[in-house]
Amino acid sequence: MLLVLVLVLPLLGGAVAAAAPRHPLAGWTAVGSNGAVLVLGTVLAVQVVGRTPVTGAWGVLRADALSAFMVVVIGVVALLATWLGVRTPAPDRRDPPVTRGRATGYGVLVQAFVAAMLLAVLAANLGVLWVAVEATTIVTTFLVGHRRTRGALEASWKYLVICSVGIALAFLGTVLVYLAALHAGGHSAQALDWTSLMVDAHRMDPSVLRLAFALLVLGYGTKVGLAPMHSWLPDAHSQAPAPVSALMSGVLLTVAFYAILRFKAVVDLAVGPAFPRTLLVIVGLLSLAVAASLLIAQRDHKRMLAYSSIEHMGLIALGAAAGIRLAIAAVLLQILGHGLAKTVLFLTSGEIVVAEGTSQIDAVRSLLARRPVLGGLFGFGLVALLGLPPFSLFSSELLMTRAEFEVGLGWVAVVAVGLMVVIFVAVVGHARHMLLGPSDAGNLAPAPPRRVTLPLVGALVSCVVIGVSAWPLDGLLQAAARVVAP
Amino acid sequence: MTSDAALTLAAGTVLVSAVVVLWLTSVHTAIRVVAVQGFALGAASLILGLRHRDVGLVATAVVVVGLKGVAVPVLLGRSDDGRRAERESRPLLNVPASLVASAGLIIVAFLTTRGLGRFVGTRAGALVPVGVATLLIGFFVLVSRRRPVLQIVGLLMVDNGIALVAFLSTAGVPFLIELGVSLDVLLGIIVMMILTRRLRSEFGDVELDELRELRD
Repeated sequence: MLLVLVLVLPLLGGAVAAAAPRHPLAGWTAVGSNGAVLVLGTVLAVQVVGRTPVTGAWGVLRADALSAFMVVVIGVVALLATWLGVRTPAPDRRDPPVTRGRATGYGVLVQAFVAAMLLAVLAANLGVLWVAVEATTIVTTFLVGHRRTRGALEASWKYLVICSVGIALAFLGTVLVYLAALHAGGHSAQALDWTSLMVDAHRMDPSVLRLAFALLVLGYGTKVGLAPMHSWLPDAHSQAPAPVSALMSGVLLTVAFYAILRFKAVVDLAVGPAFPRTLLVIVGLLSLAVAASLLIAQRDHKRMLAYSSIEHMGLIALGAAAGIRLAIAAVLLQILGHGLAKTVLFLTSGEIVVAEGTSQIDAVRSLLARRPVLGGLFGFGLVALLGLPPFSLFSSELLMTRAEFEVGLGWVAVVAVGLMVVIFVAVVGHARHMLLGPSDAGNLAPAPPRRVTLPLVGALVSCVVIGVSAWPLDGLLQAAARVVAP
Repeated sequence: MTSDAALTLAAGTVLVSAVVVLWLTSVHTAIRVVAVQGFALGAASLILGLRHRDVGLVATAVVVVGLKGVAVPVLLGRSDDGRRAERESRPLLNVPASLVASAGLIIVAFLTTRGLGRFVGTRAGALVPVGVATLLIGFFVLVSRRRPVLQIVGLLMVDNGIALVAFLSTAGVPFLIELGVSLDVLLGIIVMMILTRRLRSEFGDVELDELRELRD
């Protein structure tokens, strides 16, 4: 019942947006429904930590600690992204005002997008998980192209074609897992259910599963934005309206990674950790290298944030490669921290684009002096993103590095830290250019309304709280990590 | 005709239609050929369904024929590219070279997935490389053609190849999942066609490698 409610709530928000698009409360319904998802996610987390998983809808839905954690992350990011959308029904004021139909479509699609992600993390069956992830591609294509400029259309075409191919490979991988499960004695109706996969894993054919896992990493990895399948990501993230970029970068990428984590747990049991580890180390390091090389000379601040997403997905892949419980807990903490920080940054950079009329790094100067609130949010967001204390990304990156040393991936950790230093220097250079410098005599711009700044400040503060105290997530993280690293 | 021969014929038709699409330059004809491929795929599902007395597979066959044999080709045919009898004027690789490449892809598919066929263990399983070859040729169409509709056809062939592998190796994923997958495919193709129209109105007659607005 609870699980069905979690799925239906965002759709209700979308339905209200469709029924009364001009009503001032319509936007707030979306915010309210996403807030309710967050609350229910928390309730769910309390229910499943240390107890048995919850199932619903005749066994189609199932939530263990890992699912509950992902519901919380989706709830947080969706809440923040729609909250900022309330003020500007036209998500980007650079462009001509949107028509009523398009504003409605936008509201409905955003909520459908949130619901599809929730279905992905609540699916009991890994085939249904595939259907949900593919559905996110379909609903977000129009969101990426929402502005209908040449750039936006090009980005959405690339996004749709590349991700469709990727997700097709993931389906082939899923079919092969199903084949292996049937041969291991699974019953056809339940063979793709997470619980029966974990039970049968040790009897499955290793060579078939190796092939399957390679296809799954390639396929879902395309959606995660792991190199070398990342080419759609900078275009889509820079062209989409800011709240959509925040949702995509903040949770969609990690929802796709959640799929890899689930399959990895099965493959680990069947073929041992070495093969998944090698594969994830390759894509992880490659992603870091791609991000580092393209961040150095980056000229667009939204693209800068997009490449930073590729970097973080690379880090998460390396953490998952280590695979012990400590590493998985750190990966999950990183998923939450990155979600919070990247959401703040994309939303702030959207406000910067609106205020300054450009997303070029060169064209934005002395933000801190001219627009202290926006500049401050952007600056603190970057500090969080770069993994400096006291933000939670510092703890999670430290823990992942430690775990990598513990399992003998020390050289990987060293290379990763080296690349992170390059990225750090590059991003700080761009940030200095945008934030510092004297203001031209006294043209202090008006601050954005408190309705915009409060949620963003709240997100940064919670990122600090989690980073400093691990409270209130410690138990949930441990329980969730146990799901994939028993 | 025995059921094995019929199955081989159906799988063979799927692969041959993929090669024929590669050979064609007319968008209009390519759409018809991919419809034939959809029917052949449905036939494969039907034969297996009758053999295993599996209602789910027979139902899947109906869905596949309706969707990939009829609905999607009709939709594609109504798109601007399909209606105007456009041709692929300059594919990235010309037709003779493409055909040589497809022969190479078929050999690669057979060499790499024979083991998988043996693992499946049935006579249907021995045909798994045919599905993989179809998938690879679909990829090849996707990357080597510039017309948006031909790229959609390529993606459809990738999808058909994977579906064939699924039918031959596991007698199909559970019907509920198959339904979800089919719905996603249909919606995806509708979204692609709407996008194609928008691209055309923004960029004029689209050749997709001319999309060069965004780069680092």
